[in-house]
Amino acid sequence: MSTTIDETRAGGRRPGDAIFKGTAIAAALVILLALAGVAVFLLYEGIPGILGAREETDASFVSYVWPLVYGTLVAALIALVIATPFAVGMALVISHYAPKRIAKPLGYVVDLLAAVPSVVYGVWGITVLGPQLVPLYRWLADTVPWIPFFAGPASTTGRTIFTAGVVLAIMILPIITAICREIFAQTPTLHQEAALALGATRWEMIRMAVFPYARSGMISATMLGLGRALGETMAVALVLSASGVITLNFISSTNPSTIAANIALRFPEATGLAVNLLIASGLVLFAITFAVNFAARYIAGSSARRMSR
Amino acid sequence: MRITSQRSKRVVVPGIAAVALTAVLAGCGAGNEEGSGGGGGAEETGLSGTIAGAGASSQEAAQGAWQSGFLDANPDVTVNYDPIGSSGGREQFIDGGVAFAGSDAYMDDEELAAATERCGGTDPIEVPAYVSPIAVIFNLEGVDELQLDPETITGIFEGDITTWDDPAIAATNDGVELPSTDITPVHRGDDSGTTENFTEYLAAAGGWSEEPSDVWPIQGGEAATGTSGVVEAVGGGDGTIGYADASQAGDLSAASVQVGDEFVAPSPEAAAEIINASPRVEGREANSMAVDIDRETEEAGVYPVVLASYMIACETYEDADEAELVKAYLSYVVSPDGQQAAAETAGSAPLSDDVSSEATEIVDKIS
Amino acid sequence: MSQTLEKKPAPSRDAMPLSGPRMPGSAPYLVAAAALAVGVGLGMILGGGLIAMAILAGLTFIVGITVWAWALEGRRSGVDRLVMSVVWAAFAVALVPLASLVWTVLSNGIPALSAEFFTYSMRGVIGDEPGGIYHALIGTLLITLGATVISVPVGIMTAIYIVEYGRTARLAKAITFLVDVMTGIPSIVAGLFAYALFVLIFGPGVRLGFGGSVALSLLMIPVVVRATEEMLKLVPDELREASYALGVPKWRTIVKVVLPTSLSGILTGVTLAIARVIGETAPLLIIAGSTDSVNFNLFADRMQTLPVFIYYAYTQPGVPPDPSIERAWGAALVLIAIVMLLNLLARVVGKVFAPKTGR
Repeated sequence: MSTTIDETRAGGRRPGDAIFKGTAIAAALVILLALAGVAVFLLYEGIPGILGAREETDASFVSYVWPLVYGTLVAALIALVIATPFAVGMALVISHYAPKRIAKPLGYVVDLLAAVPSVVYGVWGITVLGPQLVPLYRWLADTVPWIPFFAGPASTTGRTIFTAGVVLAIMILPIITAICREIFAQTPTLHQEAALALGATRWEMIRMAVFPYARSGMISATMLGLGRALGETMAVALVLSASGVITLNFISSTNPSTIAANIALRFPEATGLAVNLLIASGLVLFAITFAVNFAARYIAGSSARRMSR
Repeated sequence: MRITSQRSKRVVVPGIAAVALTAVLAGCGAGNEEGSGGGGGAEETGLSGTIAGAGASSQEAAQGAWQSGFLDANPDVTVNYDPIGSSGGREQFIDGGVAFAGSDAYMDDEELAAATERCGGTDPIEVPAYVSPIAVIFNLEGVDELQLDPETITGIFEGDITTWDDPAIAATNDGVELPSTDITPVHRGDDSGTTENFTEYLAAAGGWSEEPSDVWPIQGGEAATGTSGVVEAVGGGDGTIGYADASQAGDLSAASVQVGDEFVAPSPEAAAEIINASPRVEGREANSMAVDIDRETEEAGVYPVVLASYMIACETYEDADEAELVKAYLSYVVSPDGQQAAAETAGSAPLSDDVSSEATEIVDKIS
Repeated sequence: MSQTLEKKPAPSRDAMPLSGPRMPGSAPYLVAAAALAVGVGLGMILGGGLIAMAILAGLTFIVGITVWAWALEGRRSGVDRLVMSVVWAAFAVALVPLASLVWTVLSNGIPALSAEFFTYSMRGVIGDEPGGIYHALIGTLLITLGATVISVPVGIMTAIYIVEYGRTARLAKAITFLVDVMTGIPSIVAGLFAYALFVLIFGPGVRLGFGGSVALSLLMIPVVVRATEEMLKLVPDELREASYALGVPKWRTIVKVVLPTSLSGILTGVTLAIARVIGETAPLLIIAGSTDSVNFNLFADRMQTLPVFIYYAYTQPGVPPDPSIERAWGAALVLIAIVMLLNLLARVVGKVFAPKTGR
């Protein structure tokens, strides 16, 4: 008798369990293997680029890649700052505010938008969004030129880093919304009803029952969006008028480029060392995205620990 | 009851999905691929197989035209062309990945040596296949026609001339009312043969201080991706000016460029002339028709801002079938028929008869 | 919870009324109508456009309903109304660009749709001859299917390992970490890696659809893992413990209890992952290449895909450019429709398989 109980507790000795666990570990190891492959590839191809940067560009690798890093971060941050509040708002509407009958199709439409290919976002950014933003840029450059972001002169085509940020924001909005919505909907009904029963208004209920529960997921969703914004290639390549400079000016036609867009623009015609240089910049992008994700994990983890019962 | 309904649902839903998927993937070919070529009435050559090329994206539209024309005569042949870029195409050709390459620039000596090795010691073939005028397009309210000399164009793209009513522009445009709008020069943001050819022209004819390069050499200014991106950006702004393949310029006005004493508008005929008017690259074997385009030409009726793109192939291939296909395809490409097809669908300048027949002679050597 | 209750002002000494004054149920509509009037009115007077009117009306609504609620029902209710109207406003504003995008794709894409568009390839098609996206459609479906077949089992099993088996194990921590790293792989790097991998096997210049599947699964796996992980974590431990208490082995608990509970979320995650990769252009261009003909074989030769088709049809349209650009929009519309169908399927399947809950 007692042996059976022990076995059940150990939980791993039934053949089905062993096989299942084995499969799970194998899957995890596949990821390990794939990443090792990518890492070896990136290092093998990238290191000659880092070392040989001086030959190719007459400057050190750092001075080659820094403007690109700057542009990548600026575009992604603009996107995140714009997208996050809207995404949380949209997710709340769908999960808590809208009547069920409307909420479902709304959620569906938003999911759908996550599927619009990035090329389309790019083309839309050039043809529709850019020209629409030109008057705004003109106005900003005329009224508040003392803010370094809006120093001007305003772009006449609207293809600025700010426009790229807005396009990225619209691209990541559905992703963040979809995940947040799913997580808000998972908040235990009991917690919510308890809050309401204690006389909380709907907002107080959301603030005290939904947000704490969903915090880790919300951060995770935001970071997933940020990851996509950092790595987005085609939309930025199409929309942005990139010159590879470092500037705080968000609304002129001279803008910093981003790593991913730079790779996409330069790769087709690159040979030899130039390819290695581009792959090395890919390695840097890889490192940035990783750092962002790692930070997110850490924040989400520590807030989860504080919350844990 | 509930259990059964659940069960049946579980069977039905994936079932529907599977049926839908098989219906899609039922293995039926495309409607236009079955029995194609029958209507063309062309004599069938009995060739079959697949060959692949890669290279300059500028040739993409022309390659489409050539493939289409070639397929009419050879319905069982598939020709693929990856527009991955000139140097990518040359690299893949040298690696043996593709049978032929399209390139906006002729091979340098190092590549030539490697290509000779790839071709089993025989000289690689370089024939001009696609010549396209690059138009200086602009969008300026109230102005439809402009005449510009090379120095002024350089000044505009360098950023020295910043408004449309600059005296340098006014000097060559009598009677045109130029507004004081700021000039926004638009250049290609990606690496491209168009940029290389345009900067070559600026450096040679306009006295530009920068080195010609396939990357726009100066920082600042409006950058756009691809020919269509430039056209889009120029069309979208006011006071914009850019450079793009003339065939893609659409409704935008193109400036006439000063050659000698006259101003020449971009046209296929004027562009094709430049190949005749330019000297061959020195020190090449007979299989190479590479030319150094004479940007400073003063000959009448010649438009010097052109993009000349080559087809690169081997004289001998290890695989006789592959050689047969490449020969047939390239013969068609440089033939008057092929050139005419590209002119119609890609807006390129057909090669002149002399150039075309010389290229045909070279291509005929493929075995 | 308790904090707020403590913070509440102590009830006044007078007998506390059981109900205070309430706003009528039609309050939001009344305020909305008033706000609309103010917006349009002010817009006309000040000479603003439609956008300015909409902004004015929105602001008036937010202020109006907040002030009314605050004055009538107190601060907490005011804040509640404020948040509600701000959230709805955010929703409305966010919908504007999305609607514009959809409208652009629809209005440009619908004219391209025809029977030929779905059944023809672009083989030998030039200019405005009838041509279609059949080849690209097949390519996209096959390559994405390949990527899904690779990523979904690997992704879900990995998430199961992390959440169910390895909560504290070193390996699980390492894998979590690595999945984060993987999220950071730029798509173009995934394409380059897949190309390098298949060059090792087949020699230079290789192009095959399956390579595209491999590249896409590199991008897809982390999304699947993250979404699944997040969903599995939300399954209450009580469910697992109840199952164990009944003597059900752990693996059956996972398959029969944990997975079904989180299935709808996992499917959403998988659909999102597919949506994430189905529109990828750069990696497919490198490894799957581009062709005008239909190819059913995932393991040989070039394969056209919708995003690559769109990219080239738009950037290299040929002469005249209009038919090609129209086909590009049409293809974009089809691509979105495919994902929409997938999404619908995921929802239906999720609903059918989900356990009946008390909710």
